[in-house]
Parts: sequence; structure tokens; C-alpha cells
Amino acid sequence: MSEEIIHIKPYLRLAGLEPLIIRPETNFVNVGERTNVTGSKKFARLIKDNKYEEALSVARSQVESGAQIIDVNMDDALLEGVAAMTTFLNLIQSEPDIAKIPIMIDSSKFEIIEAGLKCVQGKCIVNSISMKEGEAKFIEQAYICKAFGAAVIVMAFDEKGQADTKDRKIEICSRAYKILVEQVGFDPQDIIFDPNIFAVATGIEEHNNYAVDFIEATRVIKERMPLAKVSGGVSNVSFSFRGNDAVRESIHAVFLFHAVKAGMDMGIVNAGQLEVYDEIEPTLRNLCEDVILNRNNDNNEATEALIQYADTVQAKGKVEVKSAAWREGTVEERLAHSLINGITDFIDADTEEARLQYSEPLEVIEGPLMAGMNQVGDLFGAGKMFLPQVVKSARVMKKSVAVLTPFIEAEKERKKLASINPNGASKGPAKILLATVKGDVHDIGKNIVGVVLGCNGYEIIDLGVMVAADKILTEAQKQEVDIIGLSGLITPSLDEMVYIAKEMKRRGMTIPLMIGGATTSRMHTAVKIAPEYGDGVIHVLDASRSVTVAGSLLNKDQKAPFLLELEKAYAGLKSDFDNKKTTKQSLSYADALQNKAIIDWENFKVVAPSFTGNKAIEINDLSELVDYIDWKPFFIAWELHGNFPAILTDKVVGEVATKLYADAQKLLKQIVEEKWLTAKGAIGFWPASSHNDDVVVENGKEKLSLHFLRQQAKKTVGQPNYSLADFICPAAENKKDFIGAFAVTIHGIEKHIKHFEENLDDYNKIILQALADRLAEAFAEYLHAKTRKEYWGYAADETLNNESLISEQYVGIRPAPGYPACPDHTEKYTLFNLLDAEKNTGISLTESLAMYPASSVCGWYFANPQSQYFGLGKINQDQVLDYTKRKDKPLEYITRWLQPVID
Amino acid sequence: MQADLFIVQPAFRKEKKELINDTIYTPHYLIVLLVVLFSFGYMHKNLFMSIQETLKKRILVIDGAMGTMIQRHKLTEADYRGTRFADWPSDLKGNNDLLCITQPAIVTGIHLQYLEAGADIVETNTFSSTSIAMADYDMQSLAYELNVAAAKCAQEAIKQYKSKHPNATEKYIAGAIGPLNKTLSLSPDVNNPGFRAVTFDEVVLAYTEQIRGLVDGGVDIILIETIFDTLNAKAAIFAVKEYFRKEGKPELPMMISGTITDASGRTLSGQTLSAFYTSIEHAKPLSVGLNCALGAQEMRSHIEELAQIATCYTSAYPNAGLPNAMGEYDEQPHETAHFIEDWAKNKFVNIVGGCCGTTPDHIKHIADNVKNITPRTLPIQDPTI
Repeated sequence: MSEEIIHIKPYLRLAGLEPLIIRPETNFVNVGERTNVTGSKKFARLIKDNKYEEALSVARSQVESGAQIIDVNMDDALLEGVAAMTTFLNLIQSEPDIAKIPIMIDSSKFEIIEAGLKCVQGKCIVNSISMKEGEAKFIEQAYICKAFGAAVIVMAFDEKGQADTKDRKIEICSRAYKILVEQVGFDPQDIIFDPNIFAVATGIEEHNNYAVDFIEATRVIKERMPLAKVSGGVSNVSFSFRGNDAVRESIHAVFLFHAVKAGMDMGIVNAGQLEVYDEIEPTLRNLCEDVILNRNNDNNEATEALIQYADTVQAKGKVEVKSAAWREGTVEERLAHSLINGITDFIDADTEEARLQYSEPLEVIEGPLMAGMNQVGDLFGAGKMFLPQVVKSARVMKKSVAVLTPFIEAEKERKKLASINPNGASKGPAKILLATVKGDVHDIGKNIVGVVLGCNGYEIIDLGVMVAADKILTEAQKQEVDIIGLSGLITPSLDEMVYIAKEMKRRGMTIPLMIGGATTSRMHTAVKIAPEYGDGVIHVLDASRSVTVAGSLLNKDQKAPFLLELEKAYAGLKSDFDNKKTTKQSLSYADALQNKAIIDWENFKVVAPSFTGNKAIEINDLSELVDYIDWKPFFIAWELHGNFPAILTDKVVGEVATKLYADAQKLLKQIVEEKWLTAKGAIGFWPASSHNDDVVVENGKEKLSLHFLRQQAKKTVGQPNYSLADFICPAAENKKDFIGAFAVTIHGIEKHIKHFEENLDDYNKIILQALADRLAEAFAEYLHAKTRKEYWGYAADETLNNESLISEQYVGIRPAPGYPACPDHTEKYTLFNLLDAEKNTGISLTESLAMYPASSVCGWYFANPQSQYFGLGKINQDQVLDYTKRKDKPLEYITRWLQPVID
Repeated sequence: MQADLFIVQPAFRKEKKELINDTIYTPHYLIVLLVVLFSFGYMHKNLFMSIQETLKKRILVIDGAMGTMIQRHKLTEADYRGTRFADWPSDLKGNNDLLCITQPAIVTGIHLQYLEAGADIVETNTFSSTSIAMADYDMQSLAYELNVAAAKCAQEAIKQYKSKHPNATEKYIAGAIGPLNKTLSLSPDVNNPGFRAVTFDEVVLAYTEQIRGLVDGGVDIILIETIFDTLNAKAAIFAVKEYFRKEGKPELPMMISGTITDASGRTLSGQTLSAFYTSIEHAKPLSVGLNCALGAQEMRSHIEELAQIATCYTSAYPNAGLPNAMGEYDEQPHETAHFIEDWAKNKFVNIVGGCCGTTPDHIKHIADNVKNITPRTLPIQDPTI
């Protein structure tokens, strides 16, 4: 037996559900700062309003955007800090996608820190403790942190005050280190110093050296105490330039460049606002460097110079200031600038200029254009550019290529004629085929992925929507693509993806398969799709991820280990899933029926609708709908997560979101004024009564049954097993109740999409698609409001603003077939039949029961005040059999459609 | 404990005598105080050292299942109650920890069987001896007493064993701290994920009382075991650290043993093994390891991983395979021992034994199989990055 002795290095090791080890090569650790009530107005408001679920999404989006640790701070005079910290951290523990990373518990009150430590199983960082109130208290707090197994941030603060000079910083940190290591027994690697980042360029001469003090103190601290870490709150340094983000970003970038070189390990930063050091306009960079390094600053000259420069930036706005200067650069620099900043104004001329300089037109693409796009890809990958900006870059790229294309064709022609070496052509860029699967019509997400991958140098073959498996695979083989990407939004698309995976195996293909779209998930991919195809099935969460995934798949060295790693992860997920399945408790269908929602039918007052039967409603003036638009999903479509309108002032994405919003408003105005689109809808009401989970509807003389499903998970005492049928009065009560339905759609988008495509304008194309979706939803919201107040009139005196509408504060619900409360898509046939929807609205149903046009919404109306939305969850075979009987369809048919909800 | 002390460390007796002679003029109570303080210090330090020293030389064996052995006695409700609890309002059958008070001879007898089989470490019968877990029997107030009594049963067994085998190697008592029936990282209510059935402070309070009982009863090691929620374990570690710090006593060595619940390789509360280790490393334990839930076959890859990352000694005491359809364990002693021998040969472990379903026969086979195998050596902790 070989005796290999294991060496273990004294790294700082942290843990959430998964470990985080900070090694020298980790470079700089990003600590997410958005879950901080003192730093994020949005987060503060959510916590104050008790909207913890939404607050969790703030944490989640940080994790998704690459935070390696999240900082949680609940220090607000109006908050019960201990309770808020406890509630929020407890909730995080049940969200594995957040809880996987370590938590930094941030408070100036030690009782809040302790409360936080009591909620987290992983190894946390405490932010912070200090000798502010003397050694004794510091030692006591350090012991407690150690007993919880937390790493600590020690602020350079002692009885005399906060350290501002290099020597004081070093002195306090050294003293604290000695106490922690020798007296308290702290592991040196668990000590993180915050030697205080203070604002520079305040006009007060004593402040001028603050950044240098920090950087130099960091260097000495790291030399003397190499196992300890250094951290800090970066945005403080530029405090005197608040309101001028352009300058602040540059100051941060310059500061971090020097501080990280000196040994700074981590920081609480706004990654989205960080500029790349090399990308800062040289004049500005020099000025920042003078201020940060306190050079040429004897009588505040450097400060004055930067302030003066900042004023010009502020007066003219960021882009304009730069515009004067960047036009002076070489043609390569100008092309890169246009690409990164999404400027189309000069692209034709610059491209032409470049073409004349290079010997072949293709070289312009392979040279400066690709170099520029690589920069865009890198910035995007690093979280320093956001999707709307990338799409704009792509537009610039396409326009430039369009200028070159005729010349490239001519060149090819010429070479062919010359016929010296007919096919020495190397294999071009890697090809990725994208398609929305058969039966599904949604393609915003797919288009975005296409644009982003296109930006990263891949050739995209987009087969569009509703593409049959055979076509996808035949095309993939014919064109010898390197990756196939499938997209889908509605649940039946999942089965189609499984089918495609099976087909790929049967055909003996070896191309990796990427899976994406709203309805897909890592879990479904791991459990259902991956086992069907052995050559790589990868779930891709969003467009940003698609780039790294494609990169790994197409890199010879990375592909095998990447797939192996993935296979392991998926096998883990699958076994988790398989194991969970057996332990989940459920009721028999009969017992679930017994535990239905209890509604006081005796005292229930039926309100009769103003009419029965159906009615077509068409809106020509879309301005009526504009107020009903819920903007949040619009931003989500662009991978900008956050609430509207808070997102417009968000620290990280605010600027991008504001621009996008302005562009969307502009297009929306045009759509409304020039009547690009029309909204067509239908509503209807019918007498109805429930019989267990069926609802019998009287449509004139004809009686139709609607079929609903009931939750079967075992509930805690007092919680019913819901079915939508519970909200309709049972036949036995002998009262006349009603049900309603609606279907709405937005017509007329195709012509304009085509127009944008012809103009190579993906940016406006995607805005238009997203707006059409929003208008369809707004139409549904508008009709629902009218229904409550007028058509049905059960809430005639309701007064709600748009915000309350979005947060669903109204009486009654409008659940849609195919969505959580009633996941059976086939009920759409009955709904369409009742509404004469094809005739009244022009919507058609695909074989997967997606609605075409894609911007369409349909659903049922329930008026009962106790009706509520819920998720069905998983159902058991006994209910499936009963449902089969009720629907009078073969078991195989029912099983296929209910697949996603069958346990 | 004083008696043991002199056996372990004859050198100490001399020191203590000298101390008394030197301080002959000091008031009497102060001498006693000094002696007590110093003896505590030396006692624990030396005991810890002695385990450390032994672990460098050989693999130590921890005992097997207590519950399985109690079942063999086919005890009745009346047996559980004894005379003291004859009129207790709730049913007591199944409260195995209570037997330390009502049937100490049975518990002592089981410890003795494991010692005879070759165990170096016996675990006290205190898996549920906390005010929180005892609430099931309305016996919260007995928590402290149960722990003291359990430690005494183990001491008695060692005393009997040593009188039979005067030249035997040193035996140790591990005070067992179980995971509780309430958990700090998970909500029992699926509709209310932020809810917790118990608070960290309540758990610390309950564990502190248990630790006090175990220490007062005379255990040598604190064993935090069957951890399926790391936060509960962290509360136990917190209780240990704060108890010894506030009492001014040197800390007893801690053994920490987690439970990987299924093939996912994670704890029930969702942590990967290395995240679990990172989260309890601050305990500076004597050993870290795994027990329960899995049989040796399923535990192998996890204990292998732990052996790579743990800076302290490693322990593993798996179940006797996975339970059959009847919920019984039927892996035979030689089979369990065969798996564990393989771990030992591959240098994964320093302390081995058995959990659910294992018997003195299993422990005997394990002890015999690992007897001559050199143990895992501790990794080198580099001083610099």
C-alpha cells in the first residue's frame, strides 16, 4: 500500500450547502450587496412590506449573477432587526439555489449578528467586530463567533476611533490579530480585515491620502499576516462623486486595480457598475489614478482636475463626452467602441473605411469586428455588460457585416473563377442549431440565446418555431452542426424534448443537446431527458449561461470533463428525485376529495352576469391597454430581474433598464399611434354547478363538463386539498352559480418583425415581441377588471390601481388551462368551444395546445370571494384513473397530457 | 475518576504530593481548590494526549448498537418503569435511555459485552437524554439525571472489565449526544418554510444540560453523533465550547459524526460532505466521521472523501447493511468486518465500530480484523499558503 501523505493548506474555507474555498488563484471574491437594507432601497422596501418571498428573489438573482457570498444586512431603524434577520435567513435555508453559497451576516449590532448565526448551518462570515468598545467586548464577541464557527471581519477601529492612516490601520489590525490568534485561539485564515475605505477627493487635504493609506496598509497587513484576508466596501472611496456614476465607476476600477494588486482578497461591490481598468478613457483614468494614488496633488490639484473633468462628464452625459474623443481613434478602435457601446451611427462609414484598409473584406470580420465582439463577450461573461446592451452590440455587428457581405460574395466569386485552390477553406466558426420544438410557438428566449451566442462568434442556424423533431435532426446532420439547442415554454414541449433526445440516440448522433426555455428545468433535464441520450444533454438556465456552456462543449480539452461533471451532477439530481419520490406523503384521491376547500355556500350571494353566452371584444385603440401593462416580466424577458419601477433606479442594472424602458416606450408609442397591432378577445359566462371535481356548464341547451384536478399532497391540519371546482357551488346546494371564460390575443406582429429582421435589428424585434406579450396580458387584465365591475359585476365598486392589480388584490381569479391550478392543456378545447374562440379572436391551437399568435392568453373566471390561485402539485394514479373516466379518454392519452404532474 | 487518574498517570501522583508539601502553610480549603483545579487540568490534558497517542499507533474500536441489544432482553412496560416510575402517567416502554436509571444492570451488562468483544470506546446510552427529546415521555426534568446515570453505567462496566482483565489497554467513555427530534434548519410545515419547531437557544440550553450531566457523570469524550442537520450539531458544539469556557474547565475531546442519508452524498439538511466538514471544523474535534443510515458498502466513498479533507482523526461506524423489508439488519459480522478491514487497509479510518443492527459479535470481528493494520496518519497542515 503506498503511503501518500496528504497536505492541507490553511485556506479560508466557507460553506453554504456547498463549500467555498478561497485559494490564491481565487483572485477577487465578489460579495453580493443587494440584500442589504441600507444599500438597496428595493430590498429595504420589500422587507418593510413583509414581502419576504420577493426579497428572496433579490438574493437569488445575486447568486445567478455570480455573487460568491451574499451579504445580508437588516440595520434599519424602522425594522425589528433580529426578527428580520432570523426570518430572512430561515427562508433562505429552504432555497437550495441560494443556500448553496455562504452568507455574510452584516450588522453593526452584535445581537443581530448572533441572531443570524443561529439560523445558518454553513460556515458564515461575521461583518463585523472591532475594538471600538474596548478589548474585553471584542474578545467576548470573538469567542462567540468562534463558538459558531464563523470567520470574522475585523474593522480597523479601536477605543481611539477608526483608523485613517496607514500606520494606524496596521497597528490596529496587528493588535487585533494578536488577540484573536493568541488569546481567543482564532485560526489566522478565518480573520478578515476591513482597514476602512474612506472617501477621497473631498476637497479636504487630509483625505487625499486615504486610498493610498488603504492600499499600503493592505500590502503590509498581507506581508505580516499572510493567512489573514483583506476586504472592504469599495463604493465609499468615490463618495464625493455621488450622482456621477460614470466617474464613480472609473474611480472604483482604478482603486480595485491597485488594491487587489496589493493583496485585497474580497470586497462588497457592485459588480455591474465596475468598469474594466483598461477600458477607462485614458484622460479620466489618469485623473482617477492621480486622485487614488494622491499624485500631483500638492494643493488639491489632482482633486480639482478630476472635479473639473467630472463636471464636463456630468454636463454632457457620459456618451457624448466620450463621443468627441473616440472618433479620433484608429478605425479598429472606433469599430470596437461602436460594438461595445451599441452605436450604429458611424458603423457604415467605419466599416467601409476598414474594408479599404484591409486586403480582403473577410479580414475585417475576422480582425477588428471579432476582436470587438470578443470584448463584448468577455464583458458580458464577467457581468459587466447586460443583455440589452449585448443585443445592441449584435445589431451593430450585423449592420457592419451587411456592409461587407456583397464584397465578400464578390471575392468568393473572383476566387472561384481564378480557381487556383478551389477548396482550401478551413472549417468556419462552430455552428449551433436552435429551434422551438413542435407544438410550441414561443421564441423570445430562443432569439435572445441566438443573439448572445452569435455575439460570441458562433454561427447560428435558427429554424424558428414549431419545428418537428425530424426536421431539426435532419437539418442538424445535413449542416453538420456542433450543438443543437431546443427551446420550449409550455409543458407539452418537455415531452417533445424527451422524444428528440431518444431520436438522437436512435440516429446514432453524437452532437451535444442544450435545453432551455421557461418550462424546462435542471431537474427535468436530469431526470427525463439526459437518461435518453448519452452524448451530453445540458440544461441552460439563461442566455448568459449558454455562452459558457457552448464554450465548454466546443473546447476539446474541456468537453469530456465538463460532460463527466455534468453527468455526475445529473445522476445526483436524479437519485435525489427518485429518493424524494418515495418519501413524499400523499392522500388517496378519495381522502383528498373529503378535504376539499370549505366554502359557506349557505350565505353565498350569487351575482348574475350581465349576459350569458359569449361575446367578441375588439380593441383598436391600444392606448386603453397601456396602463394595464405589468412591466416586470418585460424586464425578465431581458434577463433583468427586479421589480418595476424600482429596477429603473437599481444600482447595478438601473442604467441599462432605464435605456431599455425608454426604447420600449418609444416603440410602444409608435405601435399605439400607428395602429400596428390589434387586440382581439372573447369573453363569456354560463350557469354552472360543481360535482366533485367536474363543473357542469349550461351552454344554451347543451351541457358541457369542465374537468379539474385536485391536490393530493398531504397537507397540515386545516389546509384543504384544493381543486378549482371547489369554487363553484355544488349542484346539491341548489343555487344558481356561474363560471366565466376569456381568450385574448394580439394580431399583426409578423409584418413588423419581418421589417426589423430585414433591418438586422434584433433589439427592436425582441422588444416588439416582448411588448406584444405584455399587451396580451394587459388585455387580459383589462378584461378581467371590466368583468368584475361591469360584465359580471360581482365587484362593481372595486377601485384598484395598476400596482394592486399586478399584486392580484382583486376578488376572484382567472386561472389558465395548462398552468399550475389546472395543468391539463386539453381543457382548452372546451374553453375554445364555449367562447367560439377561433372565430371570435382568430387564435388557433397547435397540436401541443399552444395558442397562435404567440401573444395570447386564455383562462376561466371564478367570482367566488374565497377562490384563490394554487399549484396542483403531483397527483397519484388513482386520480389519473378517475380523471380518465371523467374525460372519457384513453388512459394513454390522459397520461401523456398529465405527464408533468403525475407522481 | 481520581482513581483512574492515578492509574493513567503515575507521574502525576508525585507532582501532586510535592505540591501539597510546598503549600503546607496555605489555608486548607485553598489547597483543596488548587489541587482540584490542577488535577482537572492535568487529567484532561493527559487523557486527551493519551487518546491522541493511542490513535497514532492503532485503530480504536467503538462499540455497536445499544438498541439492538436492549431488544434482546424483551423488556416489558413494567421493566422500563421499575419501581420509581410505576405510576408515571405516560407509557415508558421504548424509552431506552431511561433504563440507565431503572435497569442499570442491563445497560452495564451490554457495555461489558462490547468491552469483552474488543471495544476501546463505549458510548453512553444517552442518545435521547435531553429535555427536548424526553418531552415525548414528559420526562424533561430527568435529563440531567439520565446523563449522570448513563455515565455511571459505563464506568461500572469498565470497572468490572478491568477487574477481570487487569492488564487490559485503556478504555474510554464517550458521552453520546444525539441529533434531537426537532431540527433547526428545516421547517416541519411545508406551507411555512420560515417556521422552526425549536430555537437555537432552546437547543443549546438542552444540550448544555446534557453535557453537564455527562461531564459530572465522568465521561472522557463528548460524542456528537448521527448529525443530519448541521445546525443542530453546531448548537451542540456551541454548548460544549461555552460550557467548558464558562465553567473554566479544559474542554473534553470531541468526536463528531455526521449522517449521509442517501446516495446523493448530502446530509438531510442539504449539505455536501465537505461543506459539512467545513461547518463543524471549528470544533477542533478529536475525530470527525460518519455513522448510521448507510451500511459499510454505501458509506465507503464518503469516508474515503472525508479521509482526504479532515485534518483530525476519522471515525466510521455504519449500520449492519441496509435494513431488509422487515426493517431488520441482516449483514453478518464477518461481512461488516470485511468492509471495514478494507477501509482500514486503505487508510481511511482511525476509529471504527457499528451503528444500528450491529452486535458484540460484529464488534469482535471488526476488532480482530483491524487489530494489526496501521491507522490513517493525520494530514500535514501546511503553515503557509
